[in-house]
Amino acid sequence: MSEQISINKNENLVEITHLKKWFPVQQNFLDQILAGHVDFVRAVDDVSFTIKRGEAFGLAGESGSGKTTIGRLAIGLEKPTAGKVMFDGIDLSSLESEELRKLRRRMQVIFQDPMASLNPRMCLGDSIAHGLKIHYPEKIAEHRDITLSIMEKVGLTPPHFFFTKYPHQISGGQRQRVVIARALITNPDLILADEPIAMADVSVRALLLDLMVQLKNELNLTYLFITHDLATAKYICDRIGILYLGRLAEMGDLREVYGHALHPYTQALMAAVPVPNPHERRTQVMPAGEIPNPINPPSGCRFHPRCPVAQEICSKDEPELRALRPGHWVACHYAEKFL
Amino acid sequence: MMSNDKVLVQVRNLSVNYHTRLGPVSAVNDVSFDIYRGEILGLVGESGCGKSTLGKALMRMIMPPAKISSGAIIFDGEDVMKFDQKRLRDFRGRRISMIFQDPMTSLNPVQRVDEHLIEAIQVHEPKTVLENAQERVRTLIGRLGIQERRLRDYPHQLSGGMRQRVMIGLGLILNADLIIADEATTSLDVIVEAKLVDQLREIREEFGLAILVITHNIALVAEIADRIAVMYAGQIVELGDITNIFDNPLHPYTIGLLSSVPSIKLDDHEELYKMSGEPPNLTHPPSGCRFHPRCPEAMPLCSRFCPNMEEVVPGRWVHCWLYQDHPQKERSTIKVKA
Ligand SMILES: Nc1ncnc2c1ncn2[C@@H]1O[C@H](COP(=O)(O)OP(=O)(O)OP(=O)(O)O)[C@@H](O)[C@H]1O
Ligand SMILES: Nc1ncnc2c1ncn2[C@@H]1O[C@H](COP(=O)(O)OP(=O)(O)OP(=O)(O)O)[C@@H](O)[C@H]1O
Ligand SMILES: [Mg+2]
Ligand SMILES: [Mg+2]
Repeated sequence: MSEQISINKNENLVEITHLKKWFPVQQNFLDQILAGHVDFVRAVDDVSFTIKRGEAFGLAGESGSGKTTIGRLAIGLEKPTAGKVMFDGIDLSSLESEELRKLRRRMQVIFQDPMASLNPRMCLGDSIAHGLKIHYPEKIAEHRDITLSIMEKVGLTPPHFFFTKYPHQISGGQRQRVVIARALITNPDLILADEPIAMADVSVRALLLDLMVQLKNELNLTYLFITHDLATAKYICDRIGILYLGRLAEMGDLREVYGHALHPYTQALMAAVPVPNPHERRTQVMPAGEIPNPINPPSGCRFHPRCPVAQEICSKDEPELRALRPGHWVACHYAEKFL
Repeated sequence: MMSNDKVLVQVRNLSVNYHTRLGPVSAVNDVSFDIYRGEILGLVGESGCGKSTLGKALMRMIMPPAKISSGAIIFDGEDVMKFDQKRLRDFRGRRISMIFQDPMTSLNPVQRVDEHLIEAIQVHEPKTVLENAQERVRTLIGRLGIQERRLRDYPHQLSGGMRQRVMIGLGLILNADLIIADEATTSLDVIVEAKLVDQLREIREEFGLAILVITHNIALVAEIADRIAVMYAGQIVELGDITNIFDNPLHPYTIGLLSSVPSIKLDDHEELYKMSGEPPNLTHPPSGCRFHPRCPEAMPLCSRFCPNMEEVVPGRWVHCWLYQDHPQKERSTIKVKA
C-alpha cells in the first residue's frame, strides 16, 4: 500500500521549476572594473517543465538556446543559479556529492560523438561495464554476463566478438550502440540523450532511432531527448519543448505542437525545416535577423525583434507560458491569433 | 538528350584515389555526369562516399598523395586536365568557386570583407581601377543582403550565415559559371539555412550560374535542386530530375535512402525504412556493384560485375543491374517507362 502511494506520488520522474543558469562572461580584470559589473550569459532563464515516467520529452531549439545546459542541470552535472530540479521526488540541491553520485546510477547520458566519449585504449566490453564497477563493485562476478546481455540487447552481436574489440575497430553506428549499452548497464530510469544520432548517417540513423524506441518500451525508460532536428524528434518524442534564448517558447504533446504551432517562433522553425518532397517546397518567408546575443537578450519577449506579429507590449512584457489548448503551452501575447 | 550548348561541365570516367598507409582509397570511381548551365544540381550521399573529393576534383584541387587517376573534365568545352598552373589559378577564381562548411578556412582572418572582394577582382582582372572594383563590391553586397557597414568587418565579427554570404559573394563578384557549395549550410541553424537556400535560389535566377549543392541532407536537396545525383561508396548510382527521382526512385540504394529520411510533416510516413549494414570502407570496396552487400535485390552477378551508368529513359541514369542486360543475369531486365 505504502509503495503504491509512493509510485503514484512520483508519476513525474523529473520536475524542473524556474530553472536558471547564468554563466559569468570571461572578462579581464580591467574590463570588469571599467564596466563596474560582470556580464552573464543567460543560458537558461526561468524554465519549468516535467517529464513523466516512461515518457520521451524532447528539447529542441537552435544552437545556443540552452538545450545542453538544461540537460546537464537536469541530472545534476551542473548547479543551477536559481530554481529547482526534482528527480523522483528528490531535490538534487539537497544532496551531498556522495548521494548525488549514487543517484547517478539512475540517470545516464548518451552524447553526440561516440568517438569522443569512448576511451580509445579500453576494449568495448570494459567500457560498457564501467558503470557496473562504480555502482555495483560487490557484484563483480556477474559483470561479464550482464555486459554481454546488454550488448546483445543493443545489437552488438555476437557479443563475445565485440567485447574484446576497440573503438577504432568498429563502425560509427556500432560505436553509438556501445555508448547506448554503456548508458543502460546500470539499469537507469532516465536517459539524457544529447543529440544522440546527429553524427550518424541517414541510413544508419533509422536503425538507431528504432533501437532507442524499442529499448525505451522494453526497459520502461524515460528520455530527455535533446535535438536541433525537429524532423528526427517526431519519431521518438511524446512531448516537446521549443527553446529560444534560454526560455521555453512553446511546449506540449508533440503532435499538438507540430500540428498547431502557436508561437510565431515555432511556426518559423517548423517552416524552415526542409521536407523531403520536391512537390512541397517552402514558400514562407523566413524571419529577419539571427539569434541575438544571450548576454543582453531583447527586452520583453525575446523573439520580438524578429517576430512578424509583434506589437508594442511584446518589447515590454515578457510573456509567461500559458495553456491555450489541452496539453499545449505557449509563451506569446498574441498566440490566440493562431488558435 | 540535352544539346551541348546547355552543358557546362562534362565529367567522364573520373576516378580519384587517396594513397594511405593502409593502401589506396578509391574515393571516386569511374564517375560520369554533366552539369547544365544555370541548374542547381544536388549531390547527396552519406559520410565518406566521396562527395567532397568529387567536388574538389572538378576544380583540380586534389593534392598529392591523392591523385586523379583517370578521366576527363570538360568545362565549357575546355579540357581542365590539360590546364597548366597559371590557367588553373585563373580558372579557379573566375569560372568556378567553392564554398565550404567552415568558411573561416577560406577567409583570411586579418582581411576585411571588402578587402577580400576587391582583392578577388584585382587578382583576376588587374586592369580594373579601384573605384570600379569598390562600386561593384557595394552593389553586390547590397544584392546579398549584407549591410554596407559590414564591409569593414573582419570575418570573425560576422555570424555564420553572414560569412557564407561573403563566400557566395566571392564567387559572384567575378561572375563564376559554377559555384560548388560543399555542406555550405550544414553548420547553420535551420532558419539561417533556409534563408541561405532562398538566397542561392535567387542568385541562380538572377545571375544564371550553375550551383552544385553537395550535402548529406536529402531534404535540403528536395527543397532546392533541379536535379539530383545520388552517390554511394565512390560512385554515382542514380541521376536525374529531382521530382522523377523522388516520385519513382529506381536504384535500390536510392529507394532505401529516400524512405529513411525523417520528415517533419505529421502525416508523412510514421516508420522510417531501416537499411541494413553501413557504408563500406573505401580501402576495400566491395567487388562488383559496391552496394551489393546491403542490397535487398542483389543477384549473383552483382558481386562479380560492376554495372554501367545507363540512361534508362531520357535524362535518367541508373547504375544497377536490375535495369541492364548481362548474359549471366537470371532475372529479366526491368524496362523503365518514361
Ligand atoms: N560553461 C559555460 N560557460 C559559459 N557559457 C556557457 C557555458 N556553457 C554554455 N554556455 C553558453 O550558454 C548558452 C547555451 O549553451 P548550450 O550549450 O546549453 O546550448 P545548446 O542549445 O545545447 O546549443 P547547441 O545546439 O549548439 O549544442 C550559449 O550561449 C553558450 O555559449
Ligand atoms: N586526405 C585524405 N586521405 C586519405 N583518405 C581520405 C582523405 N580525404 C578523404 N579520404 C577518404 O576518401 C573517401 C571520400 O571522402 P570525402 O571526404 O570525399 O567524402 P564525403 O562524401 O565528402 O564525406 P562527408 O559527408 O563526411 O564530408 C572517404 O573514405 C575518406 O575516408
Ligand atoms: Mg548542445
Ligand atoms: Mg565532405
